Amino acid sequence: MTEQRFKSVFDIIGPTMIGPSSSHTAGACRIGKVVRTIFGEEPKKVEIYLYDSFAKTGLGHGTDIALVGGLLGMDPDDSRLASSLKLAYEHNMDVSFSMKKEKADHPNSVRLIVSNGKKTLNILGISIGGGSIQISELNGFKIHLSLGTPTLIIVHKDLPGMISKVSSILSQNEINIGTMTVTRVSKGDQAIMIIEVDQKPNKQILEELRQISKLESANFFE
Amino acid sequence: MFQSIEELVNLAENYSSVAEMMIQIEMENSGRSKEAILQQMDDQLKVMEKAVEKGVRGVQSVTKLTGGDAKKLASYLDSQETLSGTTILTAVRNAIATNEVNAQMGLICATPTAGSAGVLAGVLSAVTEKLKLSRLQQIHFLFTAGAFGLVIANNASISGAAGGCQAEIGSASAMASASLVLLKGGTAFQAGQAVAITLKNMMGLICDPVAGLVEVPCVKRNALGASQAFISADMALAGIQSVIPPDEVIGAMKQVGQQMPSIFKETAEGGLAVTPTGKAIAAKLAANPQKTI
Repeated sequence: MTEQRFKSVFDIIGPTMIGPSSSHTAGACRIGKVVRTIFGEEPKKVEIYLYDSFAKTGLGHGTDIALVGGLLGMDPDDSRLASSLKLAYEHNMDVSFSMKKEKADHPNSVRLIVSNGKKTLNILGISIGGGSIQISELNGFKIHLSLGTPTLIIVHKDLPGMISKVSSILSQNEINIGTMTVTRVSKGDQAIMIIEVDQKPNKQILEELRQISKLESANFFE
Repeated sequence: MFQSIEELVNLAENYSSVAEMMIQIEMENSGRSKEAILQQMDDQLKVMEKAVEKGVRGVQSVTKLTGGDAKKLASYLDSQETLSGTTILTAVRNAIATNEVNAQMGLICATPTAGSAGVLAGVLSAVTEKLKLSRLQQIHFLFTAGAFGLVIANNASISGAAGGCQAEIGSASAMASASLVLLKGGTAFQAGQAVAITLKNMMGLICDPVAGLVEVPCVKRNALGASQAFISADMALAGIQSVIPPDEVIGAMKQVGQQMPSIFKETAEGGLAVTPTGKAIAAKLAANPQKTI
């Protein structure tokens, strides 16, 4: 056994979701939502590249609908999911899809490039089965974000002291950091912290984090 | 946390049941209270029950390719003595109902996946009727299934795209058979034997969805996956053992999944998807902007 990818009983008994496919619909929706959260706002322009099984059977499974639903902030059990493409149009979200021929490391892979004028985010997500997902690349950086564990995603300006401000709030509240990944678009530009934590931060702690100057967003994924 | 069926079976001796062990481990890993965890499982169960009810009343998929079969089976069950018996056929009816709702883009609970969501929901609702299970017994049934499912997911796969249909219907049916054994008073060891017996028969099952849709053959495979769970459980309860131990069966399943060509792993490039009828359905759907046939 190399890696314990599935940790919670609710990875197996769940999620509750709109059909038809946990990997191609629910997983895709979750990837879309994570991308939106890391981006920090609703993107205006979205380029979606589907690989392998996602490219070959994704449209029949509603992968397109689900990714866009997630980008609009929906969860996998949102009854509006089926009409997400229409909603995206109404939100002036410019979405394009491309089916890629080349092989990816995992058959259910998708690359999303989202932008809003000058800000761009490039993420490679994979759907590993049963609705569970991983993020394996972020703005060209190889990362390993499983989202099976409680994870904080913080978007902030790349300035000295940001990491210590965040970690001191977490330590004051007795939240232990398991792993931490920090990456940035470019020096002094936007940066992202991905923090796996052992304890769940409550709303008050999230609010406290959001009060940090030059911190754009702080979100928690269970 | 247990990494194998063997570890699961041994560890369970320290708890009152496999379900209770799973609940305790979930509490430790998530830091959540027992009440919150039981409540979440109750919520998942409610979604399963609603999908069964809706499907049995009769639904049609978005493409109109599947739907209405649960309703047919309901009338058949009501009108005559059946060959395979009421409990198994009720499970089959409810499994079909769930996956017909799934294909309709309705709300379901993935167990372990959406494409295989009918198996556990079908088996649990049928055995609830037969053995008059309490709400807590039903919830425990799901925790037990989740425990065995975690071992399969972490040591093989629960994704059709990675491991073929054996990873989806195979896993679901194995989980259901293990829960049935424990529910009927069998031991955790016997539940592991049921997992092995089920997976051995599912080994090599390919994922070949017609037109890439979770409809044909998925709905009917859920039906038969549900029925098999009962047979494997009864065999294990009779004391029948798998010559190949469950962890080795799961290891073989992983290997078979890796060796399986990608045309058989949710790409709609092999098996039933490329039969003359399968291809004709795909062509008809592609030509129709409404995506219906």
